[in-house]
Amino acid sequence: MPSHDVMPNMELYQPVQVEDALAIADRLAERAWLVGGGQDTYGWLKDRAKSVDAMIDLSAIESLRGIRETSDGIEIGALTTLTEVTESEVIQQQYSLLSMAASRVASPQIRNIGTLGGNASQDVRCWYYRRGLDCYRAGGNLCYADTPQGMNREHSLFETSRCVAASPSDTAPALVALDATMVIQSSSGVRTVAAEDYFVGPANDIENTTVLRPGDILTAVRIPNTWANASFYFEKVADRNVWDFALVNIAAAFKLSGDTIQESRIVAGSVQATPRRVSNVENAIRGQSRSAATADSVASMATDGARALAHNGFKIPLMENLVKRAIIG
Amino acid sequence: MNSKLTRRRFIKGVIFSGAAATTGTGVYLVASAQAGQAAAERLITLNINGRDRPVDVLPSETLAHTLRYKLDLTGTKIGCNRGECGACTVLINGVPNYACSVLTHNVKGKSVVSIEGVKSMDGTLHSIQQAFVDVNAPQCGFCTPGQIMSAVALLNNNPRPSREETRQALSGNLCRCGAYEHYINGVMRASGQIA
Repeated sequence: MPSHDVMPNMELYQPVQVEDALAIADRLAERAWLVGGGQDTYGWLKDRAKSVDAMIDLSAIESLRGIRETSDGIEIGALTTLTEVTESEVIQQQYSLLSMAASRVASPQIRNIGTLGGNASQDVRCWYYRRGLDCYRAGGNLCYADTPQGMNREHSLFETSRCVAASPSDTAPALVALDATMVIQSSSGVRTVAAEDYFVGPANDIENTTVLRPGDILTAVRIPNTWANASFYFEKVADRNVWDFALVNIAAAFKLSGDTIQESRIVAGSVQATPRRVSNVENAIRGQSRSAATADSVASMATDGARALAHNGFKIPLMENLVKRAIIG
Repeated sequence: MNSKLTRRRFIKGVIFSGAAATTGTGVYLVASAQAGQAAAERLITLNINGRDRPVDVLPSETLAHTLRYKLDLTGTKIGCNRGECGACTVLINGVPNYACSVLTHNVKGKSVVSIEGVKSMDGTLHSIQQAFVDVNAPQCGFCTPGQIMSAVALLNNNPRPSREETRQALSGNLCRCGAYEHYINGVMRASGQIA
C-alpha cells in the first residue's frame, strides 16, 4: 500500500461557538470529520484509510474546555487536554483515577494536545481496519484479524461479533468506573448518556464505537461525586511505557469501611470494543475484605466468557492478574 | 454579544477554500459550492521564532510541512509523520507538540518556537544545545532537534529537574541510536547538576 507524507486536501472549518459547529456538523453530516486534538484523525486521513470533504476543527471553542466544579461533582469540557486532566488539582484530589489514566496516554506531546473527549471516543485499533481494508467494520463482509495468520495479539477477548478489534482508551474505563455521564449536543438539543451506554460494541453497531452520530458533538463529561475520594487503582500494561496502546488496562474504584469492600467498580480496557465492567467480580467482593485472599478467590471470574483468538491468549491471565492487583490495592 | 467577540468570531471563523461566499448566518466565509473542488492556499501570518511570517497555507496542511517546505526551517525533522517519534517537536505557546500532528491553521495567533529559534540572537547556543555538544549527547543526530525542544520546555518549567523528571519530559522523543542516557546527562549538565 502507498504511504503518504502529506494530508489530503480538504476544507477546514474553525468555528468558535458550539452553535456554529453544530450547524456545520448538521449540514455536512458524513462529509465532515470533527477534530478535537486531531491525534487520531490525522493518521486516518494521511493514510487515506478514511476520507472526508472537510474537517470541523473544534479547538477554538473555548466553552468546550476546562474543568468546572458543579453542585454534585465536576464537569470536564470534552476538549480539555489530557495534560490538563492529569494536572488538575480537583481531579488529582478527588477523582485521581482519571488523572492516573490520563497521565498514561501515549506521550507527553500527544497529551498536550489530545483531548479527554477524543481519547475516550477513539476508534478501535486494528491493523487491517486502520489500513483501509474492506473489513466488516469498514462496511465489508470479512475480518482479516480473526484468521489463522491474522495479527490479533492486540484484539478482543469478549463480545466480538464479526469484528474482533478492541478499544484501548485509557480514560474510557476510568470514566465508566466513575459513573460518568457524557453530554452530547446536536442541532436538536442536548442529551446525556451514561458512560457505560455511550460505548457501543460491534453486535449492536459494527461501524461505530460510540452512540455519537453525524451532527452530534460530545461537549462535556460529568463526573458525579459518587466516587469522590474513593480508593482508586489504575494500571496499564503496554509493550512500551510511552506511545503504545494498552494490551490490557484496569480502572477500579473501591468504597471501603475499614478494609471491607462496600461497593466497587472494576473496569478493564482493551479486552473488547468497549470498556468492560467486571460486574460479577464487583458483586462477589461486596462485603469481603480487601485482601489477597479475596483477590485470589475471584480473579478467574473476571475472564468468564473470554474467547481467545490465535495470538491474544496472554490477555486472559493478564486481565485476571490486573483485577487481582486492583483488589489488593 | 459585544463587538470585540463578534469580530473575533468573524476572524477566527473564516473557512478556507477556493471561492468564498457567506452562509445564512453571515458568520462564515464558506467553501465553494462545488463539492470536491480542491481547497486553496490562504495567506496567513504566523509567529515563528518571534517573527511574524506571512505564508500561504493549505487548509489541511500540517505545521511540520509549513515549517520545512514553505518557510525553509528544515531543522524540524519529519521522522514518522504520525506523532510516533518526536523528531518534529516544536513549542506552541511554550508547550511541546508534534508539528506533524498540528494543523498550521491551528497555530494562528500562537507563538511557535522551532529549533532555529532556540539559540540567542547573537548566535550563542542555548544551554541545552551547548550541554548536548559537551556530553556528546546525539549519535546520528536526527532526533536531536526534537530532544532539544522537549528539554528546553522542561527547563523553562523546572530549572533543576531530577533524572526521572527528565526521562518523563523526553519520553515523547524516540532515539533509534538509544542515546537516551546521554540526553539526560546533557539536561543534568545544562541545569548545573553535573559538570
